[in-house]
Amino acid sequence: MPLPTGYTVAIAQTALALLLAPGLVGLIRWLKARLQNRRGAPVWQPYLELRKLFAKEVVVSSNASWLFRAAPFVVFASTVAVAFLVPVLAVPLPFDSVGDLLVVVYLLLLGTFFLALAGLDPGSAFGGMGSSREMTVAALSEPTVALAIFALALGAGSTNLGQIVARTMADPAAAVSPGYLLAFGALFVVTLAENGRLPVDNPATHLELTMIHEAMILEYSGRYLALIEWSAWLKVLLFFSLLGNLFVPWGVATVLTWAALGWALATLLAKLVVLAVALAVFETRVAKLRLFRVPELLAVSFVLAVLAITVSFLVR
Amino acid sequence: MGLLSKIFRTGIVTEAIPPGDPQIVHLVREVDRRSRRLFGRALGIREVDAGSCNGCEIEISGLMGPVYDSERFGFHFVASPRHADLLLVTGPVTRNMEVPLRKTYEATPSPKLVVAVGDCAHTCGVFKGSYAVAGSVDQIIPVDVFVDGCPPEPADILRGILTALGRS
Amino acid sequence: MTDLTLFTLMIGGYVGGALAACLFSRGALARWLAGVGAITGGAAALALGGGKLFDWSSASFTRIEVMGKTSIAGPLQGAGVVLIAHPLSALFLAIVGAIAIPAALYSIGYARDWEGRRSLRTPGVMLNLFLLSMSLVPLAESIFWFVLFWEGMAISSYLLVMTEADEPETVSAGNWYLGMTQFGLGFILAAFFLLLPPDGSGDFTALAKHAATLSPGLKSLVFVLALVGFGAKAGLVPLHVWLPSAHPAAPSHVSALMSGVMIKLGVYGVLLFGLRLLGGGPAWWGGLVLALGAVSALLGVLYALMEHDLKRLLAYHSIENIGIIFIGVGAGMMFLSYGLPALAVLGFVGGLYHTINHACFKGLLFLGAGSVLHATHTRNMEEMGGLIKRMPRTALFFLVGAAAISALPPLNGFVSEWVVFQALLGGATIPKREVAVLMPVAVAMLALASGLAAACFVKAFGITFLGIARSHEAEQAHEAPASMQVAMAALALACVVLGAAAYAMVPALARVVGGLAGLPPASAVTVGWSLGMPLSAPGAVGQISPLSILLGLVVLLAAIPMALWLFRASRALRVSDTWGCGRIAQTPRMQYTAAAFAEPLRRIFAALYRPTEDVSIDFHPESRYFVQSIAYRAHIIPWFERYLYDPVIDRVIAWAARVRAIQSGSLHAYLTYLVAALVIMLGLLMLWGS
Repeated sequence: MPLPTGYTVAIAQTALALLLAPGLVGLIRWLKARLQNRRGAPVWQPYLELRKLFAKEVVVSSNASWLFRAAPFVVFASTVAVAFLVPVLAVPLPFDSVGDLLVVVYLLLLGTFFLALAGLDPGSAFGGMGSSREMTVAALSEPTVALAIFALALGAGSTNLGQIVARTMADPAAAVSPGYLLAFGALFVVTLAENGRLPVDNPATHLELTMIHEAMILEYSGRYLALIEWSAWLKVLLFFSLLGNLFVPWGVATVLTWAALGWALATLLAKLVVLAVALAVFETRVAKLRLFRVPELLAVSFVLAVLAITVSFLVR
Repeated sequence: MGLLSKIFRTGIVTEAIPPGDPQIVHLVREVDRRSRRLFGRALGIREVDAGSCNGCEIEISGLMGPVYDSERFGFHFVASPRHADLLLVTGPVTRNMEVPLRKTYEATPSPKLVVAVGDCAHTCGVFKGSYAVAGSVDQIIPVDVFVDGCPPEPADILRGILTALGRS
Repeated sequence: MTDLTLFTLMIGGYVGGALAACLFSRGALARWLAGVGAITGGAAALALGGGKLFDWSSASFTRIEVMGKTSIAGPLQGAGVVLIAHPLSALFLAIVGAIAIPAALYSIGYARDWEGRRSLRTPGVMLNLFLLSMSLVPLAESIFWFVLFWEGMAISSYLLVMTEADEPETVSAGNWYLGMTQFGLGFILAAFFLLLPPDGSGDFTALAKHAATLSPGLKSLVFVLALVGFGAKAGLVPLHVWLPSAHPAAPSHVSALMSGVMIKLGVYGVLLFGLRLLGGGPAWWGGLVLALGAVSALLGVLYALMEHDLKRLLAYHSIENIGIIFIGVGAGMMFLSYGLPALAVLGFVGGLYHTINHACFKGLLFLGAGSVLHATHTRNMEEMGGLIKRMPRTALFFLVGAAAISALPPLNGFVSEWVVFQALLGGATIPKREVAVLMPVAVAMLALASGLAAACFVKAFGITFLGIARSHEAEQAHEAPASMQVAMAALALACVVLGAAAYAMVPALARVVGGLAGLPPASAVTVGWSLGMPLSAPGAVGQISPLSILLGLVVLLAAIPMALWLFRASRALRVSDTWGCGRIAQTPRMQYTAAAFAEPLRRIFAALYRPTEDVSIDFHPESRYFVQSIAYRAHIIPWFERYLYDPVIDRVIAWAARVRAIQSGSLHAYLTYLVAALVIMLGLLMLWGS
């Protein structure tokens, strides 16, 4: 069998991320159900939901404009673009020099921007509330992310993701350095904030006044809703891949052989399962924070990121 | 940690649905095969309280709990009718809730199902003839399944939804 | 076309436009001739300046001296206007020309509103003179001509701001503007005169030579004076207070020019002094500029969030972006003093790239705001809404501008912020650790400012264009005239192209700063073709390819609907009401307002804003259970105006009142003053003579 080329692997890894994302979220929900002492839906439930949504009709508000109809595509496109840049299976891939960690962060902000606008478009109060809160949380988590990138780039000498992964693999001691651990903590909190997980936002809530992400998509139905939900699930998988592959990179393929890619797939699945279990247990343990306590949580993550940088400077 | 050890000691408490009285669940319209296949395994439910005394709501909230666990059938409760496939309507439809109920039905994308829960939803129950009541649910929106009872047990409600999906 | 021809064409265009506006002061002819004159001048300026930047073949800048040396000795002596002394001048000339074209095109349609109500003479003449003086400031090579064109720029822009002087706030805005301009001028003149060589020549080359012989203390004093003077023009905190009142008061194309171009000349001034005349200095210069920039960036966006006047919001964002430019410039200066030339070039390139990009997207946003103002006759966002359906093209262009200013890839705002981030990330290699630790602080402040800017523009675009119209005027709004639309379209296209063409812009800008203050001169860089045209910025710790990102996003956006069609997803669509929990009807009052959108941030940053709320309720005359109307007012404390400027202004007015006592009105007193002055002068002459 011929060896796969870089471009094939890049496209395959994006397709893999897209296909695994609903399964990952299904796993998290299944774990939470079991932790709530009930059977819960099977792990592949999100796939069934997507199939159903793509077959349903779309109901659009008469106040909405073309932006409402275009936003799901922009959100999905930007998230898939990020999937091309995040090291899921192998490094370095041809698209590594197209975008670095800053591009990833701002591409995700592009998706959030359009989703927030789509919340305002139908002219509903819930949508406006969701947009306002979502942009507040996104703006406040920016400094933490920037500093975490700074800490990682300090160590690796580059902001390109492939380089960071390669550098950590070459120097295992860096992975347990205090700077990296603190940056991991900061990025974990940011993962919770950006993906709308507890304690920032409850993805399963029905109370509109407690919603952040859900409130923006209350008007969406059918295939548009399917695209937006899939993007949100893909975002979770990509954040988990970042957390896993940047901080614990062993397993990521550095050569493009079938054996290495198979091993990369296995370690990826293992990392995703570990992080899913951690998230499920964490979400079961904590309660949702009041909206105006969320900045305090983000301030904690900011302090962790500042400590990460300071330690990286002193240790160098 | 006390919470986690308690969780593991309690274990899974979900029960199988016992066979129930066939008189309680009335299938009004046979749901077409396409919808049955579509919603068979993933259903979004929006609950609408059209003026009920909340007795039915308490039973419905039991559905989401660990004992009856509607999620194992693929059902999940949604906040917006745009996300919903099935409307779970309770209560005799009061005059104030007639327009909101119609608007909710209109806001739900098709194909959609309606299950009316409780005696009030079927026949207006004890509130029949009241000046505040506009009519039973099927006089406002088309209904697929009625579940009788005042209030019906959660198991009956589940059976009603499954009947609507052709899965009983 | 030779440089001299282009220069003549530029002068001819502007002067011709001014004359035409003078002669025909009413009607469409005046509008068109003034506009066309300005466009010609702008195009010539862009060709003249822009050509030098991308002149890959020759690296020489021939000095053609126009308005040559004056023969008067002293500070007035020196070269006049030079074509072109330095790539830095070429860059700023190109910026002036590039934004002049759409602004002038826009003014043709915009001035139609004034026909019959106002004379078109002053706006038309002053527009051309404003553009003329702005084009000549970067070309001036001696103190006299620089200050002449600088003041010309100030006076003509003041008169343009006062075009719609029937409103009281315009007069106040004009006063603030004039006051701050003269304040800045005082500092600039002081800085220039401290640099005067013994023979008194005002030529810049002579000044630079003399500056090399000055003591470090004196050089620092000169730099600080220049920073204050040019910072007042640029809008650096705490000298920014004139910006939020002057820019909204001016007609929209003038706001676009002021925000997009004029404040950049403040950046030019700082670079002129910092790099060309003084040739770099100790690290604290760069640190001061960086700190002021970071503070401006953050305060600018925080105050912008609380605004509901669309143009004031844009003006505060100009302060924020000037802050980002100065972050880049300050970082560059710091790296220069620490002997890190590659990073210094990167910092300056980031600052200059953001200068160009901000000119483009801020110009676009102000023109868009002007179209909205033109259609709805209000600047208050709380009275707009639903304009995307009434003004679809304006909305689309405004969206491009909003996405660009929020630093969303692949547009130009993102690319220049990326370069500035890379420069700051490189700051970790500064040898002095206690200084290097300050770089992460700047990174955090920049990231927070850019996140808040995105939030602010979701609010600005969302409340203005989306949802339901909140007032009758918004319901009746009409699309802008064709000339205005074309102007906005051109700038929107520029935003996209400037982002994708980063691989060419960065080397060109590196060439601009090369050779200054000991920076390595960038040789004529040949841009080879490679897949994706990655942006290679030497010194940067990362690599991106904005062009590939743009192409990738376009491909994905096209691929998704195709995939949906391929997998036979349902295509059914039905239009219905907005879901509002089944409420009977929806009014525009049920939507989110601008104040509501910014409320979480107002609460979070309450320590800065110290917000106060004022709710007054009118009850129904017959029963206190029913409410007739509720009025809600939210105020924030304007720290700088209240605690810095007002006390100073009050003090100055008090002193002026006391000094006024001299003017007693009595003829006898005046005669006594004359005699006393004469006696003192004679006495002094006698003393000096002996």
